[in-house]
Amino acid sequence: MSQATPVPQVNAGGLPLNRTLLLGTACGVVLLLLPLWANNYVLSIGTLILFLALAGQAWNVMMGFAGLLSLGHALYIGLGAYTSAALFSHYEIGPWLSVWLAAAICALAGVGIGALAFRFSISGVQFSLLTIAFAEFTRIGFDHIDWLGGPAGLFLKVQQREHIDLLNLRGPPAMFYYVALMLCGGTFALCRYLLQGRAGYYWQAIRENEDAARALGIHTLRWKLLAVAISAALTGVAGVFFAFYYNSLFPEQVFHMSRSIEIILAPVIGGIGSLVGPVLGAALLTLLGDLSTEVLNALGMEIPGVKQVLYGCVLLVVVWYLPHGVWPALARALGVTREQHK
Amino acid sequence: MMLEIDNVGKSFKGIRAVQGASFDVAEHAIVAMIGPNGAGKTTIFNLVAGVFAPDHGEIRFRGKRISGLEPEQVCAAGIGRTFQIVKPFAGLSVLDNVIVGALHAERNVFDARKRARAILEQLGMEQKAQQPAAALTLPERKRLEVARALATRPELLLLDEVMAGLRPTEVDGMVSLFETLNRSEGTTILLIEHVMRAVMALSKHIVVLHHGEIIARGEPAEVVKDPAVLACYLGTEAVSA
Repeated sequence: MSQATPVPQVNAGGLPLNRTLLLGTACGVVLLLLPLWANNYVLSIGTLILFLALAGQAWNVMMGFAGLLSLGHALYIGLGAYTSAALFSHYEIGPWLSVWLAAAICALAGVGIGALAFRFSISGVQFSLLTIAFAEFTRIGFDHIDWLGGPAGLFLKVQQREHIDLLNLRGPPAMFYYVALMLCGGTFALCRYLLQGRAGYYWQAIRENEDAARALGIHTLRWKLLAVAISAALTGVAGVFFAFYYNSLFPEQVFHMSRSIEIILAPVIGGIGSLVGPVLGAALLTLLGDLSTEVLNALGMEIPGVKQVLYGCVLLVVVWYLPHGVWPALARALGVTREQHK
Repeated sequence: MMLEIDNVGKSFKGIRAVQGASFDVAEHAIVAMIGPNGAGKTTIFNLVAGVFAPDHGEIRFRGKRISGLEPEQVCAAGIGRTFQIVKPFAGLSVLDNVIVGALHAERNVFDARKRARAILEQLGMEQKAQQPAAALTLPERKRLEVARALATRPELLLLDEVMAGLRPTEVDGMVSLFETLNRSEGTTILLIEHVMRAVMALSKHIVVLHHGEIIARGEPAEVVKDPAVLACYLGTEAVSA
């Protein structure tokens, strides 16, 4: 009569493998099949979620893994976007080629800022201020580059939306959705690989206590710069996608402080330092924004600003009750436990 | 000589923390540094470990100058240290804390995890492996300091008051652990300790610091009878009375 309770299979890290695998596969299948039934509106929301998840994941490498708070990630979105857009509109060089240059430029910019900051022992809040400063003066600088359109903006030629030109990233919403999904999946896998390897351990050690990390032989400067370089490069990739998806770039908009904040919100709400956090946060925030619009419209409330107030209240509640983000709590509830990288 | 401290001095804002300190630590030796609070013991550790460079003098490890090197370079040279004011990676599990150290000596995470588990077992902490380091008591955190430092496979281990707060039986446990380590792996140990039970049991040689200067050195039994040492702990009146 007595039946042995099934013991969950455990991988090296101690995660219940079966359930994680099942959940992950389910999510993956849903995301892959979404364009089969979704209309363009749903696809645009899906693409926005994936874009924010990608940028948030990239930012998370610096803050979540290595404990370096960047408040100027719009810089890398902008640098990546402008690099690929300029190459495309001036020389007709496609995004699959220019993305490498964009990533390299962003990584270099990040390493430059990082080297400057770490060399002079600028850390904590001062480091964050420095990242804002660089994003801001780059924004102002780009207003004066005529080759890139200046304040009037840089535009990419928009062709027929039905014709798929994957090479030049011109096509219908479903194509952009799949490209975003691929980038998001690739970044997730890369971050997972990094987090579970030497880099992940070293970054987290630096985040928790830099003196102790150095005493254990970790060349902290080098590893911090690596975190910045990877984070910046991945954000630059998101920027390239941004350019080809929106087709128009204005310094005021791309490099703006509010974009840096937008990038941060998803991982903060979803769970800083975790891999799922940025993705979950991006989905929750985007859906919340759109749902609240729908609900308010349905209720016939058209007072300006109500949506923002509602949005703010929900954020407040989440931060208040789940200071580590939604994912650690959700993971516990789902039984995919041991989210040790909180 | 494993470690040579040669006429080393260090001041902080005009206050001399260490002045003209010289002593050697022979290979495979266990040497204890004692002295009242503020005597400069931890400063000497920090000078050896590369936290700061001495104002004058030189520190050599296996004949090579290490004073002025960065902490990670000192670790790479083969010196592991613990912090008197513990610095755990609080958000990581106990096991992950030790893995970080083990990665210095091992090629990949898999091997590092194996080594970390073995060290935790050695220190009787295997039951705590999955707990966050933040959940440990102070004596446990001290032991975690030891585990992390050991994980880097040091040739010279600097222990800064790791016995503080331990019960006598736990002190004996730690003493036998270090003895085993010293005997089987040949690890040289330099320790700062107030728990005399441990100092007397472990070390063959003691260095006594007071006001940044070395006032006595020698075998444990002699040193504890030295009038200068008694005076610095108890005051001159108590000694002469």
